[in-house]
Amino acid sequence: MNQATTAQAVEYCEGVVKKFTIATVFWGVIGFLAGTFIAFQLAFPALNLGLEWTTFGRLRPVHTSAVIFAFGGNILFASSLYVVQRTTRARLFGGEGMGNFLFWGFQAVIVLAASGYVLGITQGKEYAEPEWYVDLLLTVVWVAYLIAFAGTVIKRRESHIYVANWFYLAFILVIAMLHLGNNLTIPVSLTGTKSYIVWAGVQDAMTQWWYGHNAVGFFLTAGFLGMMYYFIPKQADRPVYSYRLSIVHFWTLVFLYIWAGPHHLHYTALPDWAQTLGMVFSVMLWMPSWGGMINGIMTLSGAWHKLRTDPVLRFMVTSVAFYGMSTFEGPVMSIKAVNSLSHYTDWTVGHVHSGALGWVAFISFGTLYYLVPALWKRQRLYSLRLVTHHFWISTLGIVLYITAMWISGILQGLMWRAYDSLGFLQYSFIETVEAMHPFYVIRASGGVLFVIGALIMVYNLWKTAKGELRSEKAFEDAPHAVTAG
Amino acid sequence: MAQVDKDALTGTETTGHEWDGIKELNTPLPKWWLYTLYVTVIWAVGYCIAMPSVPWLSGYTKGVLGYSSRANHNAELADVKAQRASTWLTKFEAGSAAEIAKDSDLLQYAMAGGRVIFAENCAPCHGSGGQGAQSFPVLADDDWLWGGTLEAIETTIRHGIRSGDDDARVSDMPAYGRDELLQPAQIQAVADYVVSLGGGGGGSEAGKAVFDENCAACHGEKGMGMQDLGAPNLTDAIWLYGSGRDAIIRQVTAPKHGVMPAWAGRLDDVSIKQVTIYVHSLGGGK
Repeated sequence: MNQATTAQAVEYCEGVVKKFTIATVFWGVIGFLAGTFIAFQLAFPALNLGLEWTTFGRLRPVHTSAVIFAFGGNILFASSLYVVQRTTRARLFGGEGMGNFLFWGFQAVIVLAASGYVLGITQGKEYAEPEWYVDLLLTVVWVAYLIAFAGTVIKRRESHIYVANWFYLAFILVIAMLHLGNNLTIPVSLTGTKSYIVWAGVQDAMTQWWYGHNAVGFFLTAGFLGMMYYFIPKQADRPVYSYRLSIVHFWTLVFLYIWAGPHHLHYTALPDWAQTLGMVFSVMLWMPSWGGMINGIMTLSGAWHKLRTDPVLRFMVTSVAFYGMSTFEGPVMSIKAVNSLSHYTDWTVGHVHSGALGWVAFISFGTLYYLVPALWKRQRLYSLRLVTHHFWISTLGIVLYITAMWISGILQGLMWRAYDSLGFLQYSFIETVEAMHPFYVIRASGGVLFVIGALIMVYNLWKTAKGELRSEKAFEDAPHAVTAG
Repeated sequence: MAQVDKDALTGTETTGHEWDGIKELNTPLPKWWLYTLYVTVIWAVGYCIAMPSVPWLSGYTKGVLGYSSRANHNAELADVKAQRASTWLTKFEAGSAAEIAKDSDLLQYAMAGGRVIFAENCAPCHGSGGQGAQSFPVLADDDWLWGGTLEAIETTIRHGIRSGDDDARVSDMPAYGRDELLQPAQIQAVADYVVSLGGGGGGSEAGKAVFDENCAACHGEKGMGMQDLGAPNLTDAIWLYGSGRDAIIRQVTAPKHGVMPAWAGRLDDVSIKQVTIYVHSLGGGK
């Protein structure tokens, strides 16, 4: 690259990034509210309201799809399209037209999927509930996404491809593969909503969890690592800690993750060899996962004092810490002896949420706080103090949530396997459900805190976009930090 | 390398690339990280040698430990069965509920097993302590619709009530109002009379006459009920479908007929005996 091209300005497509950013915030609030509501349903079943549309069974996929695919998906679109243009110094392949197609296509998928759930239209496959007609639309949108992203990378004006883009590309490619493999259904009729999957029995279960686990691995991990690799160095204004680590942990992560799915089917009809495979690959995945954590956290080397004055950076670094925690917990839970206790209990739910709330949502919040002033060309956020409030309220919510689920999950697992001295079950199922009640209330109140935090963010981002600045006490470095710097 | 770019803060070399202002340090892999990765890989290889792991077309490597979750599961179940057979199961299979209940040792097994069977299967309608609810009989008192002996309880559990089973308990009180067997005034009179049977006021001769002609055949002349027919005692202030004159009028006009499933086939023989003895013990066994 010669200096002339470096200096040449590129007109990036930012309209589409703005749209995806707004959608992220919108669906995030819907998803968090839905989650909190169904958490209260578990504690107080009367909240099912006696209507088929509002039962837990129908609202749960609304929550999971809203947070994973609507909130998570939109921030992945927003950040990947922002990052790929800037790190390749190329305008989005296909321009704003392509961006608009991706945006409206993806929102249509979300609305069609969610309305189906409420009406009882579902494939009954966890995280792959949408029926065939939504799957087809998503396929078209996703292929367009791959073309837009890869097209931008191909016409890049940098000799090397930045690490964030490797992760984004892995996420887009593997999700395409998973989506096709797990949705090979045959519609009963072209005018009806119902379809049947071509896989049967344990093969279907295996395909489902190959999909399900890699939705975590590539949607919620690889994609969000891409986000981390851009926004943490930018926000901290520091170089990435280790290029070598990023290469080694990228390839080990993508190679190992894809095999880990069978750990969802321990002690089932799945053959023993496949259970072994799922378990050993999950354990080997521990360090590759932690490679991302090390690179994220150690990027702050020499800039730790910024955590004191920059609550946005605090969100990002805390998210990486939660990522490290849940990617340690995951391999532990995949070990068969541990899994025999944890499987089917709330511990799993707690594990998912320490990843989803702590890692996925927190890195997304950090990214949103970075993106909104950047996209709307504002000098800074409306208020950093409000970011701090958001941070602490949400963190408290997460801590309440995951500790309640650890305790209730382990309690539940122990009660299920307890026998009395004569060899009979100690507890009936309903007694174990009753024992969960206090923890369900604590979990739901953790959810309330998380929603309150998100609403504070919405207010802050709204004011930021409008260009207002809150008059507040600025964060200042402690005197010794300044001198040390 | 022609020129080495170093990060000013840490003194570490960068890779020399820059993307939108982001540089990368050329920090080597952390040793502890790399060695831990190696350890997990070595462990994984060892685990795969020890346990079932590598598949091929018609089978898979069984592993040097010869582990099989299916064989383990079968062995565990066989152990439990053998252990149960040696202590109590054989005697439960051979004896009747009454015989089992007489043996204080076996009674313990009946109660411990029956408690969980009851909690899993019966408690949703009859309550966790057999306290019942409206439309679902109390099992903890001595008022029995179909009899409170071990034998009667076992028959009720085994075949159910209005369950469709050939030997189900069936009682079918006519719908005196809906089918116009009685006039509204007669129903009101007989309801007053039924209230008076339990000690309330208001019973009339006219009501008694209706009762004697229509109700006494099943409920008895004095309204004490008849367990062979499943006709409830009307004098004891225990009401399955609600107490008071209005509830009685509703029941005479268009009776509710509750259903209990037949548990034979859902529970095995031994479980039915266990839960029979448990229900019998709840408070009112005869």
